[in-house]
Amino acid sequence: MTTSRENHLQPSQLVGLEKCPSGIPGLDQISNGGLPRERTTLVCGGAGSGKTLMGIEFLVKGAVEYGEPGVLMCFEENAEELAQNVASLGFDLNGLIANGQLVIDYVRIERSEIEETGEYDLSGLFIRLGLAIDTVGAKRVVLDTLEALFAALPNESILRAELRRLFRWLKDKGVTAIITGERGEGSLTRFGLEEYVSDCVIVLDQRIVNQIATRRLRIAKYRGSAHGANEYPFLLDEKGFTVVPITAISLQYSVSTERVSTGIPKLDLMLAGKGYYRGSTSLITGTAGSGKTSLSAQFVDAACGRGERTLYFLFEEAPEQFMRNMRSIGIDLQRWADKGLLRFHASRPATYGLEMHLAFIERMVEQFQPQVVVLDPVSSFDSAGSLPESQTMLMRLIDFLKSRRITTLFTSLTAAGNAAEQSEMGISSLIDSWLLLRNLEQGGERTRLLYILKARGTAHSNRIREFVMTDNGIDLLDVYVGPEGILTGSARIFQEMQDRLADLERRQDNEHKHLIIERKRKALEAKIAELQAEFDTELHEIETSIAASELDAERQLSGRMYVAATQKSKALSEPSPAHEGDQK
Amino acid sequence: MTNNPENTDEKAETAEKQRAEWDLRLYVAGQTSHSLVAFNNLKKLCEEHLQGRYHIEVIDLLVNPKLSRDDQILAVPTLVRKLPEPIRKIIGDLSDTERVLVGLQLRLAK
Repeated sequence: MTTSRENHLQPSQLVGLEKCPSGIPGLDQISNGGLPRERTTLVCGGAGSGKTLMGIEFLVKGAVEYGEPGVLMCFEENAEELAQNVASLGFDLNGLIANGQLVIDYVRIERSEIEETGEYDLSGLFIRLGLAIDTVGAKRVVLDTLEALFAALPNESILRAELRRLFRWLKDKGVTAIITGERGEGSLTRFGLEEYVSDCVIVLDQRIVNQIATRRLRIAKYRGSAHGANEYPFLLDEKGFTVVPITAISLQYSVSTERVSTGIPKLDLMLAGKGYYRGSTSLITGTAGSGKTSLSAQFVDAACGRGERTLYFLFEEAPEQFMRNMRSIGIDLQRWADKGLLRFHASRPATYGLEMHLAFIERMVEQFQPQVVVLDPVSSFDSAGSLPESQTMLMRLIDFLKSRRITTLFTSLTAAGNAAEQSEMGISSLIDSWLLLRNLEQGGERTRLLYILKARGTAHSNRIREFVMTDNGIDLLDVYVGPEGILTGSARIFQEMQDRLADLERRQDNEHKHLIIERKRKALEAKIAELQAEFDTELHEIETSIAASELDAERQLSGRMYVAATQKSKALSEPSPAHEGDQK
Repeated sequence: MTNNPENTDEKAETAEKQRAEWDLRLYVAGQTSHSLVAFNNLKKLCEEHLQGRYHIEVIDLLVNPKLSRDDQILAVPTLVRKLPEPIRKIIGDLSDTERVLVGLQLRLAK
């Protein structure tokens, strides 16, 4: 049963008071190694606070794990009753008795049978206890509870003297002892047993707040030893007594730069394309029915797909119901549960107090060693305690999970009408990534929107996306952002259609214009061709006429030259008859 | 195992026990002053009130520690009235005679 809690108090290295490990998980951490060896420890608390069980576990663990036989001397219950009572905790007292590892001695005191007639001492008790110790060579003794003597023996002064002698005697015997005592008014025990026990006093307490009981343990005094001074919650269940030293966790933990997918590729894209950091704490908030659980399921599905162990705490649904619901959107978690990768724990928040929840979660984590933890939803812790309490509890839980490098996802319900950022149990500053889900009512329907409110250390999209649940899980869509604001759902589809229509019209219009231009161009070209032809014709005619005239002129010139030549001889006698002819 | 200061032999003791209406046992832890005082007080009282009708057995728990469990003895000295029934336990050195008589139901409580 010893569990590794390296991050808690380390046993003192100095040789001082020798410790006797109680074997009770957690108690040895907060007491720096156990109870003071060969001394007497007082365990006090109210009725039903677990004193007897603590004592019995001390003996059983001593016998089973440390080879130290024990003696239980009880004044209120007999051996059979005790064995029956603790069988439910997995302790086999009868087996230990048969093995000679344990002696249970029931001291029956009947007040009505006893008459006190002068001086006496409790040597009978001493002899009896000594006999029991010697029978098994006991190293551990539990006396439960000595206070019964006060009721039986009227002479308190004798009794007190004898108790003093008893504790000295126990010390001389070399046994480590626990005595239990009923909590008294204004004092630790009803009969002031703490006066005699100066070494170690442990106070057990069961407090009821809002009808929810929480068990707590506190080391009120531990002479000669450092010890955790806080009140620590403890569990009493089928595994016995477990103290949870949670407040010993500090903010010193290593961080990872590794990323893990959210299970939704498009959501990964919004988170720098990679998803959450491993070991980070993410929060999904939203109103009822906004899809928080579905998003977590998608994340879990992806985590299990990577072979990571996942612990899923359900506070509002039974696992079967949860898995059925998730199947409707195509997420089959049953296969992971069957493979042992996914473990559920479903409980109502009001089942225990916050401390108990915390203790429980921590122990489940210790046992299952998951890489991913989901709490769905944390807002329900409101019903198990006040807001500051649940905030503290979650803070401690986050610290614990971070110290284990467990990637954690919380969901939180936002009450309708509240500011979306307000109701996150005041843990918003503690978480690393925060997805906000919103329902948008528009155009007579409700659509789901998602955006990233924050993501520490990650470039993240500032877009609001619409997300839809399909038969194959969750898909993200771009929302329509237009002149009329954002449009989603049918309005978005309608708008998209309208856009397409307008687009088509525009294209058709443009095509038409192109045609006109083409036609005009063709008309222009035709005209140009016509003109060209006309021009060519005219040009031809002109050229022809030019040629003709030139030819004519040439002819005339040659004619004249001939005349001139012929007349040259005549010219001396007849002046220029050709001149008249040239001008015709 | 019994430590009978009367020093009677076994037979005589058994015979006396059978006759006795009052079977008394005195549990002590060694020969302490308390036990001696108690025995003397008891002897005196019995002679006075129960002459011839009583048997006293003194049991030293140091000699026979198991009886501290079997007979549920815490305080010493303890006087146990085995007979007549019901069993009564009287603790202390029996110096308060009044209370011893009340405890043995030889006298009604005031």
